[in-house]
Amino acid sequence: MKHYSAFAIAREAFRQHTGWGRAWASPEPRASYDVIIVGAGGHGLATAYFLGKRYGIKNVAILEKGWLGGGNTGRNTTIIRSNYLQDPSAAIYEKSRSLYETMSQDLNYNVMFSPRGVMMLAQTEHEKRGYLRTERANALQGVDTRFISPAEVKKLVPIINLDGPRYPVLGALWQERAGTARHDALAWGYARACSDMGMHVIEQCAVTGVESAGGEVTAVNTTKGTIGCKKLGIVVAGHSGALADMAGFRLPVESVALQALVSEPIKPCMDVVVMANTVHGYMSQSDKGEMVIGGGADGYNNYTQRGSWHHIEETVRALVETFPMVSRLKMLRQWGGIVDMTGDRSPIISKTPLGNCFINCGWGTGGFKATPGSGYAMAELVAKGEPGPLAEAFSMYRFREGRFIDESVAAGVAH
Amino acid sequence: MLLLTCPCCGVTAEETEFAPGGEAHLKRSGPGSSDAEFDSYMFNRKNPRGVHFERWRHAHGCGKWFLAARCTMTLEVFGTYPAQTVEPPAEIVAAIKAKRPDWEGFA
Repeated sequence: MKHYSAFAIAREAFRQHTGWGRAWASPEPRASYDVIIVGAGGHGLATAYFLGKRYGIKNVAILEKGWLGGGNTGRNTTIIRSNYLQDPSAAIYEKSRSLYETMSQDLNYNVMFSPRGVMMLAQTEHEKRGYLRTERANALQGVDTRFISPAEVKKLVPIINLDGPRYPVLGALWQERAGTARHDALAWGYARACSDMGMHVIEQCAVTGVESAGGEVTAVNTTKGTIGCKKLGIVVAGHSGALADMAGFRLPVESVALQALVSEPIKPCMDVVVMANTVHGYMSQSDKGEMVIGGGADGYNNYTQRGSWHHIEETVRALVETFPMVSRLKMLRQWGGIVDMTGDRSPIISKTPLGNCFINCGWGTGGFKATPGSGYAMAELVAKGEPGPLAEAFSMYRFREGRFIDESVAAGVAH
Repeated sequence: MLLLTCPCCGVTAEETEFAPGGEAHLKRSGPGSSDAEFDSYMFNRKNPRGVHFERWRHAHGCGKWFLAARCTMTLEVFGTYPAQTVEPPAEIVAAIKAKRPDWEGFA
């Protein structure tokens, strides 16, 4: 792997940039591996990265049915925050946020982490009380958040309309260290680091079946042949149900389409991320100048990677109330991703009925922010066979035991 | 945009007139069932890629619940039928079989 640096750019400038080489290799699969990770999205690649980095397990293949980062990793609105109410959530999301801070240095790959601040608007009295509670919970959890007044909101976001017709802004929960990062760079950076450790990132390789014997996975059938493994990690987000079905168990997960859209690029007008959960829309401005807008999820099972038109209408209507200038914008692109929703809207990092098979799913509408923390916790589970402190609350058996991590009530909406 | 026909009042309308209600034909675990059975009934879902049976409510119409068969890969609606059934009726199964010959059937 070529080390990226200012010196490397200068050196390559002298030879017409002919010496860069590929960022990651595209090998043919071996007959078997110590660990196979299904899904080369952010979470799968991060899992493999930490398996190699923290546990020295490098005989690893990461199988991807499409292209690298072509699923939800490339379809989100890149928001990173950790202002959660429940302790297990705050712990893993805050770990994740802190890993983002040093990720560019750790990977030697610029992921453009921009801690520009995330603001969650309180637009009803109920929501205001909820965020005041979250602020206090965050103080105990060591997560740096603050409830700010409408005047402070207006100062940070001059384009906002505080006196909306339906929902005036009563304040906001402000996390200054939260922000955004470049989603593709995250996948590419992890893939490059994994490839450098000798792992195999195998694209265009769909898993079609899981072979098991005596309660243990022995191999996976793929479009590139059968590949043996000693351990299997399933990290496939929206398609977790399909993979679990191949492995012979069911999950407390349903897959729905979540949509996002971007506007035409405009001059810089908003340098923070604003989330309006009551009216349900959130918005930030990308480095290219596009307004990146996230909206609602459909209420029914869907694998089509496109959502309903009326959700776009609802999202844009909400944003026009809060940001009147949005009414003058043209929208450039709209897309959907398949997200896996659990009953309590918290993720699953868990052992499964198969002894050497582990699953990481259920991140629902908010997985991007969790990518490094999720990989960190999942790698520990795969390496040791038992969850560490970050993952233990997120077992899929928590539903049976009544130990919900109820962010669906805490957030009131998708999060 | 899905188009659904309410079998209770006969109105065909866009999905904004209806509210989705999740997987249909869930069998409630009876008295004396194990924790695992109750867990499965409460939380575990088929979540299939393809033919899915689900509950809908005509929320902005007659207000009644009904059931629908729909493909989660194409959003094609195969048909709707009354909620007072324990499994998909023969004509719905036939309609699905006509369009999805490989479908394994309701299980």
